[in-house]
Amino acid sequence: MKKIEAIIKPFKLDEVKNALSAVAVQGMTVTEVRGFGRQKGHKEVYRGAEYVVELVPKIKIEVVVPDQVVPRVVETIAKAAKTGKIGDGKIFVLPVEDAIRIRTGERGENAL
Amino acid sequence: MGRIDPGDTAWLLTSAALVLLMTPGLALFYGGMVRAKNVLGTIMHSFFIMALVTIQWIIFGYSLSFGTDIGGIIGSFSWFGLSGVGLDPHPDYAPTVPHQAFMIFQAMFAIITPALITGAFAERMKFKTFVLFTLLWSTLVYDPLAHWVWGVKGWMREMGALDFAGGTVVHINSGISALAAALLIGKRKGYGLEPMAPHNLPMTITGVGILWFGWFGFNAGSAIAAGKLSVSAFVATHVATAGAAFSWLFIEWLIKGKPTTLGGASGAVAGLVAITPASGYVGPISALIIGWGGGILCYLAVLMKNKFGYDDSLDVVGIHGIGGTWGAIATGLFASKAINEAGNNGLFFGNAQLLGIQIITVLVTWIYAFGITFILLKILDRLMGLRVKEEEEEDGLDLSQHNEKGYNF
Repeated sequence: MKKIEAIIKPFKLDEVKNALSAVAVQGMTVTEVRGFGRQKGHKEVYRGAEYVVELVPKIKIEVVVPDQVVPRVVETIAKAAKTGKIGDGKIFVLPVEDAIRIRTGERGENAL
Repeated sequence: MGRIDPGDTAWLLTSAALVLLMTPGLALFYGGMVRAKNVLGTIMHSFFIMALVTIQWIIFGYSLSFGTDIGGIIGSFSWFGLSGVGLDPHPDYAPTVPHQAFMIFQAMFAIITPALITGAFAERMKFKTFVLFTLLWSTLVYDPLAHWVWGVKGWMREMGALDFAGGTVVHINSGISALAAALLIGKRKGYGLEPMAPHNLPMTITGVGILWFGWFGFNAGSAIAAGKLSVSAFVATHVATAGAAFSWLFIEWLIKGKPTTLGGASGAVAGLVAITPASGYVGPISALIIGWGGGILCYLAVLMKNKFGYDDSLDVVGIHGIGGTWGAIATGLFASKAINEAGNNGLFFGNAQLLGIQIITVLVTWIYAFGITFILLKILDRLMGLRVKEEEEEDGLDLSQHNEKGYNF
């Protein structure tokens, strides 16, 4: 099992969600995050006082999938989330030790 | 005894309600501009003042402000507990309405003035000290100043100073007192280093809408009658405000590159402040010019604040202090007896003397309000401390002073 963490542009969430369900990814966790890589932030001005806001709002999607589908899922996310402009985001793949379905107690890939 | 005019009375009561609404409007205006963790603490200042100053006013504040004069400086305690303040008209203050209508109208001014100052010490003032400060400031600064400008035999009134609805008593007064407060309480932790952007500008703009609406009571209500003068003041108020919102946006667009909603809202407030002393003495075109001037001057004053380096968090000095000063001077320039016979002519209408009187009024107000506020806060700082502890400031006033959170999403 692997956890795939994708940081994407917020407006891409629906596209990525739909693309993932097309490759039978059953569930996901979505969080609103802020961050930056190479993307510049923006400027805000309040009564003459200027603020440069470096942290840019993004969406983080986390899915846990069996090892064999990892390349397909990563490719699906990358394709759906891409705009070609700076700030498209990143995808990370992490190992997962175990998974438990709370309702039934199933473990491992059966819990996914 | 004078005859009670139902139209005058109806308008005065309505105006009193409108002016009261300005204080919760102010609470929203200020509340939206602070960080989320301080929204309740900020709103609480205004709300608590509505309660506290009302009580002070009823018991002795009204008497000190408008009561039997002592030496031109202060009223006596003859109307302690509103004794003698009944429902018959008062020949000078309120010849055609019940005396209590005038009293309650004035109460709303006494309320909003200390509420304005709270913008200077937002996000860091100890609540206990704030309560005592408000009580003492109302008694030692507001009441005497109201007496000088509006009280029978008050010395500024005797001198011929014109302040139709409180440019001096309310705006210059609170603006300069705010300067003393900002200097003494010190900058917010992280000021200039951390971003401190307004957390809810829609709330702020809502507040300005309410203030603009309520101000018709503030200015047009100060005619203490429903007729030609109240209409003239109403029109002047609206025109000046529009002019100021426009000019602030225009100069901001020019200097900073984009017009902002906060700028438009602040410009409107600056115009409302500037026209306040002049509203019953000037015509619409004069009002427009006064508004234009107010918008530009107050915008520049707010930019200047950053150069001087003091943390007047919500720009009470720049908007009320400078706006009120411009308004008082402008009254000395644009006042016309053709608009209000009981007023005077200003410089542009052939009389240089009024301008001199206005300037004296402004200077004395600056010195008195700043001086007493400074001393008061110094003493309170020694006795109780002005500022919350560092951790309390970090946590925010809502939690540290009131055990509440503004938002529980």
